[in-house]
Amino acid sequence: MQQIVENILGSSGRKTLSLLKHLHAISVFINEVFYWTVISPLKGKPPRIRATISEMVKTGYESVLVVVVIAFFVGAILALQSAYQLRKFGAMLYVANLVGVSITRELGPIITAILVAGRSGSAFAAEIGSMRAQEEIDALVSMGINPVRFLVVPKLIALMVMQLSLTTLFDVVGMFGGFFLAVTLLEVNAVSYFNQTVIALQISDLVTGLVKAWAFSVVITITGAYQGFQVNAGAEEVGRRTTASVVTSIFLVIGFDLFFTALFYYFT
Amino acid sequence: MENAIEVIDLVTYYGDRKILKGISFSIPMGMTTVIVGGSGCGKTTTLKHLIGLLRPASGSIHIHGKDIAAMDNASLDEYRKKMGVLFQGAALLNSMTLAENVALPLREHTKLKGSVIDIIVRMKLDLVGLSGFGDFFPVQLSGGMKKRAGIARAMAMDPVIMYFDEPSAGLDPVTAAGLDELILKLHSVFKMTVVVVTHELPSIFKIADYVVMLDEGEVSFVGSLDEFKKSDKAIVRTFIERRAVEESISPDNYFKIITGT
Repeated sequence: MQQIVENILGSSGRKTLSLLKHLHAISVFINEVFYWTVISPLKGKPPRIRATISEMVKTGYESVLVVVVIAFFVGAILALQSAYQLRKFGAMLYVANLVGVSITRELGPIITAILVAGRSGSAFAAEIGSMRAQEEIDALVSMGINPVRFLVVPKLIALMVMQLSLTTLFDVVGMFGGFFLAVTLLEVNAVSYFNQTVIALQISDLVTGLVKAWAFSVVITITGAYQGFQVNAGAEEVGRRTTASVVTSIFLVIGFDLFFTALFYYFT
Repeated sequence: MENAIEVIDLVTYYGDRKILKGISFSIPMGMTTVIVGGSGCGKTTTLKHLIGLLRPASGSIHIHGKDIAAMDNASLDEYRKKMGVLFQGAALLNSMTLAENVALPLREHTKLKGSVIDIIVRMKLDLVGLSGFGDFFPVQLSGGMKKRAGIARAMAMDPVIMYFDEPSAGLDPVTAAGLDELILKLHSVFKMTVVVVTHELPSIFKIADYVVMLDEGEVSFVGSLDEFKKSDKAIVRTFIERRAVEESISPDNYFKIITGT
């Protein structure tokens, strides 16, 4: 009996300590990212511009095609699903409202974030992880170069800009997908659909979506980079951390989405 | 003899395991000191402390009179600008060419013009026998060339102390001997303090002026190369004569290991 109690207490104690250690490491990491992104430029040490632009190309420009295709499909699917219900009431024109509002407020930011987490978040974890495994991070430190400033800050700034751009692109193409489907398959008048979208959409819908997108970019970069820095040994751990970065990012993105949606529901 | 580095009572742990058990030794200025010992004796851990990658649990590391164990990160970065490190696998940034790798510390820490940096990079690559390889990526090079490029990068800021972590590891004897020659050449030209971690006997005999030997987290020998060769300490003799040592496990411990208790 005593053994069982000891085991239970021992195991829960170890788990708590490990969790606290993890939380401490994450807090230190976030603090460091914040310092090198916000405080350090004020002290005259600006971020690496060329690396930031190169990251923008990798994370943003190279994602354009996949975002465009998926956005178009999502817009079309959404229009069809809305029409499925709305035709019962003869309110096909309101497809425009549903497509416009749900894409700008919800689907645009979240699907873009999931795509970016899978594409760029995992790439951050793999890149930093393999640099850890091959002592490249140690080499940076030994040269007096802070790896967070050198590697994470350009990625963060790039993703903050590109996540907003990709989400905006998703919004536009997604609404066009809905429009295209509505005017062709559903035979809604094109001008009426366009006018209905303009009436339905408010600036706050766009802004709330973009605020979410910005928050997701921070979540994805920090998760991917943090997982990368946790690598200690070989290739197997790089793979494991890369997978963990995608799963954690998607989980956190959806968690933050719920938080922001609840916040905007009450305050807009 | 003035000391460049003084390590005093250095203790460090990996988790619960005590790796360095209060080691103390000095490294003379302007000489090549070799830290030797068998695998797992703590020599790489000691090196990581000397370059400030690890913080000790207790003890101090005085480098040119300043305790780096007590320094904040900003001061530590200043110290790092004056040292160079060659890592075991060279640790070149794979996403950059050799020239960009060598230029990296110069671009980050100096305000030199691009054209000046280009000239310095070419000089450093020439120094290690890699002229004309500036546009190559690390993956296009052999192990020995990578290490030479690693040395060029470590030399970029004209360091006063150079650290080498197992320079001959993974190299054939001829390439390893070439690397030893390079270390000797750099030392004689630039008169810097050189610290090499290795367990390769031919390297030790060729490049060392001074030897620090570690064994199971403790210092077992400190002295000049001649003293090392002539030492009659059992552990030194075993190492020099490459004799195998039976790992001693007491019957009680052996029983615990096989029963998993």
